Amino acid sequence: MKVAVASGKGGTGKTTVAVNLAWFLADSGRKVQYIDCDVEEPNGHFFISPHLSQKKPACVMLPAIEQLKCTSCGECSQKCQFNAIVRLPGNTLIFPELCHGCGLCLLVCPAQAISEDEREIGVVATGMGWGGIEFAHGVLNVGEPMPNPLIRMVKQQGLRDHIQIIDAPPGTSCPFIETISDADLVILVTEPTPFGLHDLEISVAVAQARGKSVCVVINRENGSFLPLEAFLEERQLKILARLPEDRKVAEVYSDGELMLEALPDYRKYFTAIAAEVFRQSAELGLTSGGALP
Amino acid sequence: MKIAVTTSGDNLAAPLDSRFGRAARFLIYDTDTKGFQLVDNSQNLNAAQGAGIQAAQTVANAGVNSLITGHCGPKAFRVLQVAGIEIFNCAAATVEEALGLLKEGKLQAANEADVEGHW
Repeated sequence: MKVAVASGKGGTGKTTVAVNLAWFLADSGRKVQYIDCDVEEPNGHFFISPHLSQKKPACVMLPAIEQLKCTSCGECSQKCQFNAIVRLPGNTLIFPELCHGCGLCLLVCPAQAISEDEREIGVVATGMGWGGIEFAHGVLNVGEPMPNPLIRMVKQQGLRDHIQIIDAPPGTSCPFIETISDADLVILVTEPTPFGLHDLEISVAVAQARGKSVCVVINRENGSFLPLEAFLEERQLKILARLPEDRKVAEVYSDGELMLEALPDYRKYFTAIAAEVFRQSAELGLTSGGALP
Repeated sequence: MKIAVTTSGDNLAAPLDSRFGRAARFLIYDTDTKGFQLVDNSQNLNAAQGAGIQAAQTVANAGVNSLITGHCGPKAFRVLQVAGIEIFNCAAATVEEALGLLKEGKLQAANEADVEGHW
């Protein structure tokens, strides 16, 4: 079972919900893996405290042009939809930072003048964290504009017999879509503000357009925000929990502590979130992490 | 000699477009014939990325020797440099005025990009 925790708007509490859900499931004796796909600014490791036993470079394919074989026909440049190749008379230039590593240029070059090279865009690291939580994250190199290939590689670390809690990057464009692309359930964390609602609407639209099952967690609730309630009602979206506005939560978070460890009162909210994960995994016939022996 | 000038219009009196990659078109002036032709760049207006690179390829393929524009970023600069095109940053109001300044030797060829990418 793959559960993506996402939000649209940044700072709504994705990581808080994701790491505490992982902790809660592990504490209930489930096999859990926490996967941080927020590769531009991963921070789940502060809370799961993994021992990163494996680190490997993440590379993308980069075309290399053999200028002697190149006939300057311009086919590669014309076909590249990312504008990463420029054909000039007698010289073909590649802009690595624009290349998506799709390999189309290799296929279309009639002179076989293009070969595969590779370029490191970041690191994938895995290890064991608190309470037996399996951990995986990716760290994108600074200045690297393209997170998606790294997000794919991080997701490939997923363990089939574990419940995978996938922490998504903020936003609703390519990195978000890549992260949720094979999730069985998408939990959208929102806050009761116009900004939170605006991005929730986009996130719901994108996730549902991808055919995803969507549930909502409202974070930092402080009285009812009617436009949000109306939207959730209209779309018939299931609300798994309403986490109250609470300074203590912010303090615990700022200290890098797990909310559920420091504030046991909050466990009741995660009982409800976990129940939905179990219900949907049973419905789909997917693993819910089983009970550990 | 051919000189490309970025513009939003279609004649010598038209305004100089200060953008290079996302300029609407290039007016290419031929100093030998005193005539000009227009080369469209509108496909780059909405390019997700690499507009400057493509624009540079377009002017290179038009066989120009010099380019007058407002600003030029690092990727476009690299392509233009490899293509052997001289770049003149210019704040003139019109194409005609910019060409005049170049003719009078009042513009100096840039030896590096004058703005960051995506300025």
